[in-house]
Amino acid sequence: MSDTDDVGDEATGVSNDETTGGDVDDEATGDGYTDDEVITHAHGAGGSQMAELVDSVAVSRFADAEADVGLAALDDGSVQPIDDDHSVVVTTDSHVVTPLFFRGGDIGRLAVSGTVNDLAMMGATEPLALTSSLIIEAGTPKATVEAVTESMREACEEAGATVTTGDTKVMGSGEIDTLAINTTGVGIVPRGKHVPDAGLSVGDKLIVSGTVGDHGISLLSEREGFDFGGDLASDVQPVNDLVAAAMDAGEVTAMKDPTRGGLATVLNEMASKADVGIDVEERAVPVSGPVSSAGEVLGIEPFDVACEGVVVMAVASEDAEAVLDALRDTPKGEDAAIVGEVVDDHTGQVVLDTGFGRRYLTPPEGEQLPRIC
Amino acid sequence: MATNAESGDELQFRDPEKAEQLTEKLETLMDEIGEPVNVMHVCGSHEQAIAKFGLRSILPDDLTVRMGPGCPVCVTNMPEVDEAVALAEDGAVVATYGDMFRVPGTEKSLADARDEGADVRVVYSASEAAEIAEEEPDREVVFFATGFETTAAPTAAVLASDPPENFSVLSAHKYVPPAMEIVAEMPDTDVDGFLAAGHAAVITGYGLFEDFVSEYDTPVVVGGFEPIDILFALTQLLEFIRDDEAGLANAYQRCVTEEGNVPAKDAMWDVFETTSGEWRGIAEIPDANLVLSDDYAHFDARQRFDIDVDPGAADPLTEECICGDIMAGKADPDECELFGEECTPQDPVGACMVSSEGTCKIWLEYGGQPDL
Repeated sequence: MSDTDDVGDEATGVSNDETTGGDVDDEATGDGYTDDEVITHAHGAGGSQMAELVDSVAVSRFADAEADVGLAALDDGSVQPIDDDHSVVVTTDSHVVTPLFFRGGDIGRLAVSGTVNDLAMMGATEPLALTSSLIIEAGTPKATVEAVTESMREACEEAGATVTTGDTKVMGSGEIDTLAINTTGVGIVPRGKHVPDAGLSVGDKLIVSGTVGDHGISLLSEREGFDFGGDLASDVQPVNDLVAAAMDAGEVTAMKDPTRGGLATVLNEMASKADVGIDVEERAVPVSGPVSSAGEVLGIEPFDVACEGVVVMAVASEDAEAVLDALRDTPKGEDAAIVGEVVDDHTGQVVLDTGFGRRYLTPPEGEQLPRIC
Repeated sequence: MATNAESGDELQFRDPEKAEQLTEKLETLMDEIGEPVNVMHVCGSHEQAIAKFGLRSILPDDLTVRMGPGCPVCVTNMPEVDEAVALAEDGAVVATYGDMFRVPGTEKSLADARDEGADVRVVYSASEAAEIAEEEPDREVVFFATGFETTAAPTAAVLASDPPENFSVLSAHKYVPPAMEIVAEMPDTDVDGFLAAGHAAVITGYGLFEDFVSEYDTPVVVGGFEPIDILFALTQLLEFIRDDEAGLANAYQRCVTEEGNVPAKDAMWDVFETTSGEWRGIAEIPDANLVLSDDYAHFDARQRFDIDVDPGAADPLTEECICGDIMAGKADPDECELFGEECTPQDPVGACMVSSEGTCKIWLEYGGQPDL
């Protein structure tokens, strides 16, 4: 395990998705980069350095167009009105992952699911079109690329999506690591019916749609060469059907998929964007036995690593049970649970009741490294 | 450790009801003592569990539990890291635990060296480092070893089992007993009792602490790492304090014996010997570091290589770092002006922010002192 972090990214949830990225503080408005500064792993690790980079290279340079949700919102996608009744949702995500094929999925399934899910997080549960750009290292077996794109096709079928345009580039051997995929998604929502990640308010209940930590813990343990008996697998899957069921059943006020930085990160983002506090019951959060055990062995918290097939949603209190029932009626939502609520206290922070005492749940900082004891 | 068959909430050592009973007992004991009590533990894993389970939020108000110099990575001196960086920059494969990867040297950490092209690898064990040496016989593979007896014994086992000739060890191993002695000898120390680290005691045996208890007239209880283990050990310690007794108790009986793991101890003392060393931010301490004995000198990276250390200039921020006070139990991380601002796990100033065993990292990871 010589390279714990090079593309350790999808496991710990660090993708190259510019639409999320922690809190961007006001000081980090971006002209502060000097000639001798270079990009390091820390800039891709989802912490404050990443937020600063995103602001410096992107947000500060692209003034918001006419948008209900623009780049500066750092939400899962943008929302722009196209007429009086409709808005278009656009999201994009680049995917690199080691290994390309992992337990429970592969980079193709990840690339489609990630983008379909980002559309769904904005309320666009019926993807209109997807793009697919492949950047391939010379020397990669053609069969590998075909297996990946076949997996993309299957994931599209599952999500009711289609790839309508794309691009293929080949780079020299050593110029890129095997394969990178960018997917962009487009969807339509009724005007004003999009779901921002900052829409939660005091009293809302928080629902998690399935067990957390599966993707990150499975990939980390696979990459580190730990065999926990085959019980671990990535949860990568499109969840637009799940989201549609929830939105039909009640008022979903905010949504996020806990990819990079896991549940801990998205809850903190939601709390700080909405200027509210969040209380979470640790024991109510679904975590599978194998993930819990492997997390302890690895010294890594399941709440801190990526999920790729789970949604965190805030739901109006009176609708919470109905939404929960609707989720549990779907095959992907059997483990759904109400895990906490939005409170008028500790603004911008998440407090975890561990069953013993209470503590703040903080977002993980950077690369997850194994512990010595 | 939960097995796959049972979830965490079924574990007897994570039973919230038992925790509540023990907390009530702590309240009663504190009432009987009638004055504030300061307990020090000397183990990052204890701090982890205390922070992770939010235990400070349920302890009696007058009972303060603070971490002392119990993080072997944190007390690693910058020149020790400089040696590892120099070896990596000279072309050796340097293998080390994840905890050590980002620990700042004077100018660079191993992570910095790797970003600049050096071959630095993170491993889980000494044997994994030896395997690299076996797989790559043309490379010199140096294991930059850290940890107390818990990891020193496995390092010794690898050295004693005839590793490849291209394998060597740069030891930054530390020895547990000095960690408590340093604090007990500080003139302004205010520790009423020590919670000793259960996993190191698995190797050393709890008998190791007998001399300490009598010499410093301070009670010691060896404790495990589940919430119930810690709360139970604290009740034992408060009983000693209430009775004004410098006692020694083993509250981790399912793992720790009086003698410890005798073969592991024998192997360790065959391979290592103690020497004085500078613990970062604390002091030069006699018998605090473990170095390779003469019998194993041929595997000692310090003997094999002429290590050309060019430490460069230290980050001026290190002057403001209060890791020393934090490790001495005199300050909490949030009293440091750098905490969570200039000093983060990604860009640490002091080693306490790097290791999962470090107080600052743990506080940042688990939300710090609960004012809840």
